[in-house]
Amino acid sequence: MSYFTKSPWLIHYDGSSCNGCDIEVLACLTPLYDVERFGIVNTGNPKHADIFLVTGGVNTQNLPVVRQIYEQMPEPHVVVAVGTCACSGGVFRECYNMLGGMDRAIPVDVYVPGCAARPESIIDGVVKALGILEEKAKKLAEKKAEGGTNGAVG
Amino acid sequence: MLSCELGMKLVYAVLFLVLAPVAGGLLAGLDRIISARMQRRVGPGILQPFYDVLKLWDKEGVEGNPAQGFYIFSFLLFVVLSGVFFFAGGDLLLVIFTLTIASVLFVTAAYSSNSPYSQVSAQRELLQTMAYEPMMLLVAIGFYACCGSFAVGDILNSASLNIVRMPGLFLGMCFIFLIKFRKSPFDVAMSHEIHQELIQGLATEFSGRTLALIEVAHWYEDVFLFGFVYLFFGGAGLFTLVGGLLACALVYFLMILVDNCCSRVKWQHLLRCSWAVTLVLGFTNVVYLMFRMQGY
Repeated sequence: MSYFTKSPWLIHYDGSSCNGCDIEVLACLTPLYDVERFGIVNTGNPKHADIFLVTGGVNTQNLPVVRQIYEQMPEPHVVVAVGTCACSGGVFRECYNMLGGMDRAIPVDVYVPGCAARPESIIDGVVKALGILEEKAKKLAEKKAEGGTNGAVG
Repeated sequence: MLSCELGMKLVYAVLFLVLAPVAGGLLAGLDRIISARMQRRVGPGILQPFYDVLKLWDKEGVEGNPAQGFYIFSFLLFVVLSGVFFFAGGDLLLVIFTLTIASVLFVTAAYSSNSPYSQVSAQRELLQTMAYEPMMLLVAIGFYACCGSFAVGDILNSASLNIVRMPGLFLGMCFIFLIKFRKSPFDVAMSHEIHQELIQGLATEFSGRTLALIEVAHWYEDVFLFGFVYLFFGGAGLFTLVGGLLACALVYFLMILVDNCCSRVKWQHLLRCSWAVTLVLGFTNVVYLMFRMQGY
């Protein structure tokens, strides 16, 4: 068993969200939902994070930021798009500067729809992401075993 | 007789090597549970810090500078070494200086990266060292003035209860332990809290196994710092064990309480109040001990 599912650390980035989803993400940390029960920590540091929780759609301004955060995260990692805007662009989809949902910028593993997404569904999405994280970790370990002593896996 | 004594010292040192990370990890887990309860949350399980470290061990490491790993490994080595010196009943000055080398290595590791977060935290860590180091040295001098020896073994077997003659030094040391344990309001260089201004401070640029080593080093450091608290209850026979452990538990709880009640201060405030405490509680206590030594 890998320990990735027992200690998922996440980084939260607000793309071009209206802050509705971000408030719900923070609500997950409050005493009512208390995601730290599952070892989930909101790190704010991509180098420490396993899960990239991203709200809002991608536009021309935040495209390089999203990509940079994604590239700074060590393997294995997963991306959870929270809210309708992150899934598809939402009501902002037709705006002149919008590129659409987060999957236009980076590979997204789990989509959590909702405007705003409720804390329950966000936690649900993260739990789903944990399964994918576990699979990725397993694949990484296999790749590592095949590669012999080469520890760094890109 | 001599070899038997040496054997006991070795046993204590090995016990520290093996048990300290276990105890330190459990203490860290307990810290998170108690903090959560203070915030009316349930909190993670007590084994959570172990899960975190085991996970980090499996994760890919990203190094901005290949020297980072070496510095962090040396940091861990010197933290462990200072603990071993302490638990083998060694010289208190040697212990404090070895611990200082360890913290300098950690700062060097943070400086070796180009990240501004890392650089600023390294500077803040140096300021923190400046803030707590005088008190640590005064504690060592106080023990010498009180017990006539720097050796940990002699201090534990001193003629009378140490804390009675060193209450100021004890309180002062507990105060600077807030800095050493990286607790609010003095966690200006590194913190486990979410969304702080310097992200994770000194640990910002580390990931994977290097970060895991930093965690383990902190477990070792925490356990061995409680050894200092214990030392104040030396010289009381049977009461040493009970009183010492009770004091450790109380200090630990109060530190978590303060951590949850206070917000972070600026570094200027940190420096000012830690030196004021050092001067008022530490220095006056040492002056008293010196006069006592002279037979006044």
